[in-house]
Amino acid sequence: MSDIAERVKKIVVEHLGVEAAQVKEDAKFIDDLGADSLDTVELVMAFEEEFGIEIPDDAAEKIQTVGDAIGFIKSNAKS
Amino acid sequence: MFDLSGKAALVTGASGGIGGAIARALHKQGATVTLSGTRADALEKLKSELGERAHVITARMDDAADIDRLVKDAEAAMGKVDILVNNAGITRDNISMRMKDEEWEKVLQVNLTGTFRLTRAAMRGMMRRRFGRVINITSIVGVTGNAGQANYAAAKAGLIGLSKSLAQELASRSITVNCVAPGFIATPMTDVLTDEQKKAILGRVPADRLGTPDEIAAGVVYLASDEAAYVTGQTLHINGGMAMI
Repeated sequence: MSDIAERVKKIVVEHLGVEAAQVKEDAKFIDDLGADSLDTVELVMAFEEEFGIEIPDDAAEKIQTVGDAIGFIKSNAKS
Repeated sequence: MFDLSGKAALVTGASGGIGGAIARALHKQGATVTLSGTRADALEKLKSELGERAHVITARMDDAADIDRLVKDAEAAMGKVDILVNNAGITRDNISMRMKDEEWEKVLQVNLTGTFRLTRAAMRGMMRRRFGRVINITSIVGVTGNAGQANYAAAKAGLIGLSKSLAQELASRSITVNCVAPGFIATPMTDVLTDEQKKAILGRVPADRLGTPDEIAAGVVYLASDEAAYVTGQTLHINGGMAMI
């Protein structure tokens, strides 16, 4: 399962161009990692592709930190 | 210039006079086109005229599920949607005193809400590919107003505000959103006017003639092209000088 966390963090690092050390589980995409609102939409799209899941809009709105993303994907990812 | 080879375009209202001309022009520049509308026979006829690189998907712009399906099916047919031309539009003319709620709502729903929904659905793929061209066909009356067309003019003015907002949201992803505003164009929509009405209109057009659908299509081709990458949030008026804004 830690694999999921690593994959999520890798996507965040690549997409937002931030240092891996900054991508802590309590880091907020917008406040701490400099994402704009369009970045958060794209991150959700990237998670959907990486993990083959669908993240509905109401769930996507609640994903504000790296930990939120990992948590959602852990409970919804196939296998 | 304006080569669209390898690009995929979705045109709504492609069974109409202007929509058909837009689809033909995009196709001629090399784009693959999906023709959408409600009249399957007219769309199929245009498809067979175009030959290769053409698809037909019927959809109603007042049906949210239909709109989502249209984008999915167009992406399945062409692999992607690079260029979206929101051309579908209807009129339900009446002076405001007599305009029924249904006439107001229907026109807003098809012309404005349908465009928003379709663009929202198509944006996803455009964002992912970091390329997109959204071209909304508005109207001169959206800027000047027109007696008897409060609903149509409101919807068309709404498209301009919608386009400017989307343009600001999406510019950083290399997606442009623009409007083309036709004046009076010779189509089935204007054929129903009486000669007297046409004469009155022409009195207000410095070019002293109706425009042609091809003249609108040329503006769309430009805005869809790579060359127009730095043009966004704009309204291109094509009206023979009828309004200079």
